[in-house]
Amino acid sequence: MHIGDLVYFTGTIWGIRDATYIAMYDRKRPSPVDLAGGVLLHVAPNVRKLPNGRYEPMTVGTTTSMRMDRFTEASLRESGVRAVIGKGGLSDTSSAALKSLGGVYLAIVGGAASVETEQVEAIENVYFEDLMPECLWEFRVRDFGPLTVAMDAYGESIYRNVADTAQERLASIYAKLGIT
Amino acid sequence: MRGAAINTDAFYDQLEELGKRLYIESQIDIPPDVRTAINAAMERESSQVARGIVNTMLRAMDISDKKQTLVCQDTGFPIFFVTIGRGFLIDGARLIDALTRGIERATVDHPLRSSIVSPITRENRQTSTGEGIPVVHIEFSNQIDYIDLLMIPKGSGSENMSFLKMLSPSDGISGVKKFVMEMTVGAAGKPCPPTIVGIGIGGTSDLCTLLAKKASIRPLGERNPDPQIAALELELLEAINATGIGPMGLGGDTTALDVHIEAAWTHITCNPVAINFQCWRGERRRAKIYADGDYEFGY
Repeated sequence: MHIGDLVYFTGTIWGIRDATYIAMYDRKRPSPVDLAGGVLLHVAPNVRKLPNGRYEPMTVGTTTSMRMDRFTEASLRESGVRAVIGKGGLSDTSSAALKSLGGVYLAIVGGAASVETEQVEAIENVYFEDLMPECLWEFRVRDFGPLTVAMDAYGESIYRNVADTAQERLASIYAKLGIT
Repeated sequence: MRGAAINTDAFYDQLEELGKRLYIESQIDIPPDVRTAINAAMERESSQVARGIVNTMLRAMDISDKKQTLVCQDTGFPIFFVTIGRGFLIDGARLIDALTRGIERATVDHPLRSSIVSPITRENRQTSTGEGIPVVHIEFSNQIDYIDLLMIPKGSGSENMSFLKMLSPSDGISGVKKFVMEMTVGAAGKPCPPTIVGIGIGGTSDLCTLLAKKASIRPLGERNPDPQIAALELELLEAINATGIGPMGLGGDTTALDVHIEAAWTHITCNPVAINFQCWRGERRRAKIYADGDYEFGY
């Protein structure tokens, strides 16, 4: 996979976000599941608890990844995660970790949760329920996407390229705006 | 729609119900002006990645129309802007209580994810409310003969990209422009572009940030009535879209759907500027309550 590729994912993805990461990697709360080879999704869903104790997905959508940027390396190194699905991108530090440890960042369309929700077949399990809604969610998904490979395992990042382009253009934009 | 007589018990029950409906419906039904702007972005974008992203945004609105589901999972900060027109005698404290109960009932009954926590303990009451939340702005206007009840469910991806700078008078409008460009390029894909960029200029620090928020929720297609400020809005829109940040920060021609500026006069030593982004969904829903108690919904 290279930056710019468009992919869809079918299988198990692990929903995770701020409080979950803090619990697992800062407070060293042991992971209840094996994340090796796994795909993470930066998420906190709207759910309804059913009488049998299971959760029904109501709206599942993706949150801004940069808040969780500092956990990229730990999740790859300590847990063997191979892909992170999020929105808004990760830093160059994370890009280096994806390169050295072998992983990709897949960008979903933020705010389009109604599309994602249709692609979630079931919530198979919920761990760390005390962190609701920031639990560790086990989703079964079908044709989840579209996902743009935004940061690849070769050290390339669309976010860096876009930022570089913007910086280059700022000189002429500032001139036009009369900024000195 | 037939409504309860103003300032009766039934009126406050109705306010609670309206608060509940506005909070839920604002997250399902995207305003028509925003839909028009997203469609225009689809026309403008040339790259395949950007077109794919905008197309997914259009699909998301379509699915929510058909299934009556939330477009985004982030239930946001519940924010009310209440403008009370001429001739209304009402109990402001009861109004705030009623709207707060409406938010709580929407969260429990629908149900909605409660996104509101204590800043110290991070406790979540699972009601979308807490100290100071919902945010209720109450203003008065002699220009209208109704109560305007506007709900903004403000998502955190965009709210987290809020910035204020107390510039010096010597920085001038040039400094204001530079700040806007730096913050927009720095925010990149995080506030879910294409955004509505709200800018506050002047006032005190708190007024300036409120002006930026008000600018971000102004309907698309409306310009600031001051021609100089309107020209600045268009100038900055062109500049922001020239950066190439694009939809979701993955590159493209549409970084902002529009730029809105609200201004207030300020102190001789001050030159404040604030920025507040509204994500591509531009969610807002309103109810107008008339003197006879009847009400109607709008955006």
